[in-house]
Amino acid sequence: VILKTYLKERSPEPFSIGRHTVALIPGDGIGPELLNHVRELFRFSCVPVDFEVVHVNSSSTSEGDINNAIMAIRRNGVALKGNIETNHTMPPNHKSRNNLLRTSLDLYANVMHCQSLPGVQTRHKNIDIIIIRENTEGEYSSLEHESVSGVVESLKIITRNNSLRIADYAFRLAREKGRRRVTAVHKANIMKLGDGLFLQCCKEVASGYPDIEFDSMIVDNTTMQLVSKPQQFDVMLMPNLYGNVVSNVCAGLVGGPGLVPGANYGRDYAVFETATRNTGKSIANRNIANPTAMLLASCLMLDHLKIHDYANMIRGAILTTMNETRLHTADIGGQGTTSEVVQSIMRIIQSGGPLTTEI
Amino acid sequence: MILRIIKILKVLGIGYRIFCYLTHTFLSIQTVTLIPGDGIGPEISTAVMKIFEAAKAPIQWEERNVTAIKGPGGRWMIPPEAKESMNKNKIGLKGPLKTPIAAGHPSMNLLLRKTFDLYANVRPCVSIEGYKTPYTDVDLVTIRENTEGEYSGIEHLIVDGVVQSIKLITEEASRRIAEYAFEYARNNQRTSVTAVHKANIMRMSDGLFLRKCREVAENYKDVKFTEMYLDTVCLNMVQDPSHFDVLVMPNLYGDILSDLCAGLIGGLGVTPSGNIGANGVAIFESVHGTAPDIAGKDLANPTALLLSAVMMLRHMGLHGYAKKIETACFDTIRDEKVLTKDLGGNAKCSEFTADICRRVQDMD
Repeated sequence: VILKTYLKERSPEPFSIGRHTVALIPGDGIGPELLNHVRELFRFSCVPVDFEVVHVNSSSTSEGDINNAIMAIRRNGVALKGNIETNHTMPPNHKSRNNLLRTSLDLYANVMHCQSLPGVQTRHKNIDIIIIRENTEGEYSSLEHESVSGVVESLKIITRNNSLRIADYAFRLAREKGRRRVTAVHKANIMKLGDGLFLQCCKEVASGYPDIEFDSMIVDNTTMQLVSKPQQFDVMLMPNLYGNVVSNVCAGLVGGPGLVPGANYGRDYAVFETATRNTGKSIANRNIANPTAMLLASCLMLDHLKIHDYANMIRGAILTTMNETRLHTADIGGQGTTSEVVQSIMRIIQSGGPLTTEI
Repeated sequence: MILRIIKILKVLGIGYRIFCYLTHTFLSIQTVTLIPGDGIGPEISTAVMKIFEAAKAPIQWEERNVTAIKGPGGRWMIPPEAKESMNKNKIGLKGPLKTPIAAGHPSMNLLLRKTFDLYANVRPCVSIEGYKTPYTDVDLVTIRENTEGEYSGIEHLIVDGVVQSIKLITEEASRRIAEYAFEYARNNQRTSVTAVHKANIMRMSDGLFLRKCREVAENYKDVKFTEMYLDTVCLNMVQDPSHFDVLVMPNLYGDILSDLCAGLIGGLGVTPSGNIGANGVAIFESVHGTAPDIAGKDLANPTALLLSAVMMLRHMGLHGYAKKIETACFDTIRDEKVLTKDLGGNAKCSEFTADICRRVQDMD
């Protein structure tokens, strides 16, 4: 205790032994309120995590805010964020802040695990798909120009390095999680060079993992298969834009944007958020948003920080509320409010042991 | 002697042509170019012709082949007879075409698209009663820009290991497709048009597309206009497709979404499709494959081609016949007594066709 106090007086930044500091970017729409719930829950459960809050103003044209956020993430290594809105009325050189964050920190892998939850009514059952999406290049390179008036060219960049990197990540993850098959999604019959290169890289990496089956599917057929027989997919690997489409389709299949957490991993940094990255402007500040996705994202973050006990405790409480208590928010057909769901989770955590503070 | 015979034949020939002309004018029989296609193409085309005959639809078919040939200058093109027929008739019905892998020529569909400037691909997706899928209330139309966008085919190898694909969006094409979408909505009593885009990421290209849609929307105040991100559309589509009406979008998103919607109603075997070109040309087609494994065995399902033909009738203004044939087709499927294998039954193509013909005749 003496050492702790001594060190606290010496250094200006928040410093605690055994505690982690994580950057928190509230974003817009439902981001701030959901992240407040996360902090409330962490405080209640005595999770050893402190947050360094960085606000990003989506209507400002300067890149000062987003650069501060990037610096904070570099400092802390890990972040939890809400979605930052991209204002259409801004000129085209005003890039998406979320995209800037991902490319500056080289968060090359976006991972989303879609699982059917027994407590949620959906048309399809038994879905268990891991989607791995290349997160930095492809169609999201933000390289556009108007060569002649009325003619705009947008460049989609595919590189061998990034394709090999994401394919390697996918196979390693598949092996780690004991998955049997990786499916690459592409449109190489039309984009022969671009997606052709991506597919070739996937095949090369696949040859180094003979224990894992590898196949490929064209993106339009993939979406058709997903809405008729999603159970056939195991791990899916794809470039940026198709990743956007497929992850949203899968999120819709398991119950909607309020349920699935997402993670963006780079070599040195990791940022956690909801999988479908919605701002949710129309439901902001009405206490009706589903906190599940953001709370599960915070559990993924705790797992990343290797504080598994807390992660499992919170995750268990969330799933119990979802599947047993069946306290649902409006987006999945229930009538609960956001705060009611969070309270229920806290009650379950409290009944699980003496670790908590007062509600 | 021979000269006399030739003379008589010539007179008969002219006479025949005059007869045709008179029939066309007074009985308003329209000629449609029919491209049976490959694999199961010929048998399903025959099925459609039989059903049209049973319905006494005023359509005369002109069959043409579109296997690519090398024209002067070494460029691949479709046979001149086919081109001439299409330009004359303006309306075409096409079965599935196979694209051989190492043929050296581009896909036939691409060639047709370029030849007739087929800029709009229209796919109405309506849930078919009797063919159960997890989605029962689908009733939407996807209108996809079919000439540019991500499928411009312009790709470069910049340096070893770095490839650049160019997505082209032009003001002209965007305006044209937006106008077609609103016209379609108006002519078919649809209430809203939604532009699907990713202008938050592709600020300039999709931004241009969106701007053009907004401009055209100003001239069609009777139709509601909304815009939605591609990912939001996908998310909402698989949860509740009843929210969507007419969707208009650039090439790639259109490709993905139209196949997604086809999946919602049961797949490509029951989805109609139409391609609208400049100069009034329109080619309606089935979008499934040639199914070489069942070709010639009387097992194919002609529904997709039939529904495309119905779409064609509506395009030509023959709504009565369209309704009759469509109702007969849906009734047969709903009845579930005579269904082809892919629909869950074990009837032959000819039996399925005969059932529809019978229903059509009973309706008169």
